[in-house]
Amino acid sequence: MTENLTTLLNFLPQLWEGVRVTIILTVVGSLGAVIIALALGLAMTSTHAWLRVPARIIVEFFRGTSLLVQLFWLFYVFPLLGVELDPMICGIGALALNYGAYSAEVVRSSITTVDKGQWEAAIALSLSPSRRMIRVIFPQAWALMIPSLATLLIQLLKGTAVVSFITLQDLTDKITQLRQSTNDTYFAFTVGLIIYFVIAWLIQEFMNFLERRATAALGRRRPNSRTDRREARRLARADAVRKDRSTSRAAADDGGGDGLGTGPESGPASGQGGRL
Amino acid sequence: MPLTEKTPATPATAGTPAIEFKDVEKSFGPTTVLKDLNFTVAPGERVTLIGPSGSGKTTILRLVMTLEDLTDGYIFVDGEPLTFEERDGKRVEMPKKRTREMTTRIGMVFQQFNLFPNMTVLENIIEAPVHVLGKSKAEASTEAKELLERVGLSEKADAHPTRLSGGQQQRVAIARALAMSPEILLLDEVTSALDPELVGDVLGVLRDIAETTDITMLLVTHEMQFARDVSHRVMMFDGGQVLEEGPPDQIFNNPSHERTKSFLSSVL
Repeated sequence: MTENLTTLLNFLPQLWEGVRVTIILTVVGSLGAVIIALALGLAMTSTHAWLRVPARIIVEFFRGTSLLVQLFWLFYVFPLLGVELDPMICGIGALALNYGAYSAEVVRSSITTVDKGQWEAAIALSLSPSRRMIRVIFPQAWALMIPSLATLLIQLLKGTAVVSFITLQDLTDKITQLRQSTNDTYFAFTVGLIIYFVIAWLIQEFMNFLERRATAALGRRRPNSRTDRREARRLARADAVRKDRSTSRAAADDGGGDGLGTGPESGPASGQGGRL
Repeated sequence: MPLTEKTPATPATAGTPAIEFKDVEKSFGPTTVLKDLNFTVAPGERVTLIGPSGSGKTTILRLVMTLEDLTDGYIFVDGEPLTFEERDGKRVEMPKKRTREMTTRIGMVFQQFNLFPNMTVLENIIEAPVHVLGKSKAEASTEAKELLERVGLSEKADAHPTRLSGGQQQRVAIARALAMSPEILLLDEVTSALDPELVGDVLGVLRDIAETTDITMLLVTHEMQFARDVSHRVMMFDGGQVLEEGPPDQIFNNPSHERTKSFLSSVL
């Protein structure tokens, strides 16, 4: 085990290099995916068939074909057509197209989920179609789409592992190298799992932050949010205090007797309230 | 509920009508809701549409607000075509931009308020004046605050709509519609979604607007006393047709049609 740790320590700079490649693929790939998703998703909500139909075809095509084959296409077929692409560009492109197509469907369905009355109110105020979308519909759709986008973003992170097939030395590639140098399969892949998990957790935290902001902008809170729980605790405490006071008053009203009748009841009740 | 007699004076009907329906037809798929509908509303006139559900009252308001496409016929606002015009004997759709310019003269208040939850009360009110009419933010805000005061909500300017009661939301929605200084105000069952104790506040605000402005109003409501107090004319609809129309006194006290009688006895 100590040998493994020494190897890992020596291997850290290389491992970091792999993490860096994976993070670049994830961040740039997801930015590309979001841009593609917005363009295709909005086009799919259009009333014009010449926008809607091609967008739908593109989405179905990239959703329906394997990420790995798309990647190979960019990497192996494009050169045959006379276009040499950097492996990094191929990786980012394939991830952006594939996950962009999935996210486009999320964008489309979130926009159509926004209450019809919101569109109508915007029309009644004579807002132009672009202002309707930017100021009224999209901010509300955004709050709806974040949870699904978070899931897709984490899938994209895990999807980056396929780039090791096209010579890119990403985290997965480095982990296989670590396995060879330590000769310990169990150790190397466990390290791999942990690193992927940590990155995914950071992404989830970031998306949670975005969701909190988006729902707060709508004057709402996420179900069972921290603020909700805090408020519940505060109310419970206030309740307990009130109960304590009323019981002690009741005890005092009893004429300063032993007060045993109320004491045992109020004790546990207030304790529970405080702990909630 | 006995209806008191308090019919306002009808404004002069001469000149260009504020709203004109000409041979209007509206179908939803195979269902025809309105057929060969012709009527006019004079500037400053307040008209209440009554009738059983499904008679097409709300559809009329939605057609004026361009929320529904016209199947056939024409609608004119101030004598100008709204969505379709007749050119060389053909029915031609108006450019969307032109229609949108026309709709700035029309305001609508909805049954479900439809305030924008991503904006504060003030932002809801100034959005269109700033971005459609091109007013400065400062000017629009000053006017918005005056309107909020008028509907009794001056202290709620920075609140989120979701934190308001239904009655308060509806009063904000009225202020938002008025902020565009509309010539025509469409009120679509504006009290139907409210708890009974909140209805009074909203109707009070509308009464105030009716008394102090000369905005043309087209309203669909189940509040018959209110309809009687504020409207110059009542139109009874049935099956997409005007069954009968006249001053509220006549329609409520002396309806000539059996259908009107039975409808009124079912709602009063």
